[in-house]
Amino acid sequence: MTTTSRWRALSRHHLFWPVAVLVVLLLVNVPFTPDFFSVKMTDGHLYGSLVSIVLFGSPLILVAVGMTLVIATGGIDLSVGAVVAITGALTCSYISDQADQDALSGVLLAMGIGLAAAVVCGLWNGFLVARMGIQPIIATLIIMVAGRGVAQLITDGQIITVNSEPYKLIGGGYWLTLPFSIFVVAAVVAVTVALTRRTALGLLVESVGGNAEASRLVGIRSRRIKIMVYVFCALCAGIAGLMISSNTSAADGNNAGLWIELDAILAVVIGGTSLLGGRFSVGGTVVGALVIQTLTTTIYTIGVPTQTNLVFKAAVVIIVCLMQSPKFRAKVFGGGRFGGRRGDRQAATPADTAPAPEAVRTMEVS
Amino acid sequence: MLNRRNFLTAAVGVAVAGGLAACAKEDDSSSGSSDSGSGGGGGKKITLGFAQVGSESGWRTANTKSVKEAAKEAGYTLKFSDAQQKQENQISAIRSYIAQKVDVIAFSPVVVTGWDAVLKEAKTAKIPVILTDRSIKTSDDSLYVSFIGSDFIDEGRRAGKMLETVLQKAGHKGPVKIAQLEGTTGAAPALERAKGFKEIMDAEHKDDWKIVVSQTGDFTRAGGKQVMAAFLQSDPDINVLYAHNDDMALGAIQSIEAAGKKPGKDILIISVDGVKDGFVAMSEGKINGIVECNPLLGPQLMDLVKKAADGETVERRIKTKEGDFLQEEAKEALPTRKY
Repeated sequence: MTTTSRWRALSRHHLFWPVAVLVVLLLVNVPFTPDFFSVKMTDGHLYGSLVSIVLFGSPLILVAVGMTLVIATGGIDLSVGAVVAITGALTCSYISDQADQDALSGVLLAMGIGLAAAVVCGLWNGFLVARMGIQPIIATLIIMVAGRGVAQLITDGQIITVNSEPYKLIGGGYWLTLPFSIFVVAAVVAVTVALTRRTALGLLVESVGGNAEASRLVGIRSRRIKIMVYVFCALCAGIAGLMISSNTSAADGNNAGLWIELDAILAVVIGGTSLLGGRFSVGGTVVGALVIQTLTTTIYTIGVPTQTNLVFKAAVVIIVCLMQSPKFRAKVFGGGRFGGRRGDRQAATPADTAPAPEAVRTMEVS
Repeated sequence: MLNRRNFLTAAVGVAVAGGLAACAKEDDSSSGSSDSGSGGGGGKKITLGFAQVGSESGWRTANTKSVKEAAKEAGYTLKFSDAQQKQENQISAIRSYIAQKVDVIAFSPVVVTGWDAVLKEAKTAKIPVILTDRSIKTSDDSLYVSFIGSDFIDEGRRAGKMLETVLQKAGHKGPVKIAQLEGTTGAAPALERAKGFKEIMDAEHKDDWKIVVSQTGDFTRAGGKQVMAAFLQSDPDINVLYAHNDDMALGAIQSIEAAGKKPGKDILIISVDGVKDGFVAMSEGKINGIVECNPLLGPQLMDLVKKAADGETVERRIKTKEGDFLQEEAKEALPTRKY
């Protein structure tokens, strides 16, 4: 009896379904890659599939965490992919102009320039959304379309290659045997969680997302909160841009961060944050991003033919979203242990968002 | 809570953004068409109208530069336009060249079909048309005089032949387990480079060569790196990598190194394109062979333009001058790489 009730409590936890999906996806790999879970030391750092997933998934986690707060205010930020490209392009072109590319001061300055550009993009988005009252999807579309052109302008249409050891660290290097990017992600996630859950900030963000006008009337500066989340989101995208360009030691204005905004939105939704705003889960988003990266890795390792990659991805995502929908579970599993939770606050969230990810996916497939 | 004022502001915002985009486009075309090579020398000056696809990659940028420089050197007047990946832009550019009565039109078609109408107009105006880099499908072959560009299937075959040489040099014995990094799914270079390579493999190495994994890396470094990392996990005994372009090979090299293996030794690498960074990696011994896909077809194109303008008969299909490079040649060739 106690195990049943414990199971019930567990399956009601808002992270239960995302984590379950992640575990299933990881297990699917085992028949195809027998030593999938093995992690061994190579050249003084850990090496294995799990390490690769976290390493390649780091930029997506960062972008998705920023996106979570924007979505929590009822907004959306489509410009993150372009911000990734701009940051990488600016930073790499600055470093490549240096006489000594290994000089730490030059690299730090370059990263500062890149991140400053990202913050400017965020301020612009926030200004358009909060001050000008433009719908977020339109406001951020401007940089999404124009930003990639800006990145290409910076790189002159070429791929800029850098040979800088310190710069290589942030996205491709190792520290204490682990990929350095893990520490960056951990720091950003920790700061985000601390700021939103240990202070009133998270509550303010949720209240703005729930009802911006009502929050204004009770004295919350909702415009300022909105501008802040767009800046934060752009900053996260900027750091992801540093990682992506550092990972390959090259800035590709055309392809860096292409479609990452869609994967990020999907990660947020899989993590149980409502696209309608008003509630968010940073932990869920991290799991959601890992689910997407694991899915990508799985496609490569189990040998899905290239032409069917996206269809396979779409099918898995649809299943994941259906599993997250309490209505669907109630229909399929009947009134059993998964059903009858319509009144549950936590469970109501994924149901609201269930149709959205399919729409997002369709955009990418087409 | 979207009220009317907010909606209006949004609408104005969109209109402004759209207006800006339109301005940018106009600027492009006007500066593009005024960007003509100042010619020298006496005699009749040839005017060439060139409609480029766009500027989607480093390869294309080098291609554009080569055409512009070659036209300047030959002393032709070049009318250049950038179609920004859209067929309608390219068609209107060709129409404007016809209206301006240029001597020869050259263009790199965005897509394969849908050119018959505009090319008939050119034929009626007696302006010879040359296709560069990409081909078209048409019911009437007389609509263009020549096609100059790379043969992707042949590049695949050359890659297969090159692998034979590389294996022999490395003194490789035993089965050859190949990982293939494909280009963007459905793109002609990806399909045809795979096809040409498979031809050689099926014809001559049916028993000893095998492609164990093949996946798209989207022609990008990040793609190549991620896919190769997964390959090395699922099939650790891969000993050859065939990448459809240098950028994917460069990404894959980083993954191979992270796995504690030596690119160029533990895993032999063949790639296609011949960009500068690829040659740098080859001179460091990390790539074993590169099949060149040459964007610098400007000089060859100008010869062809001259012949076509003089009304001489020209070859229907001209292949760009391309080489196959192995590690020994990499160091010598490196300083001459322009892109």
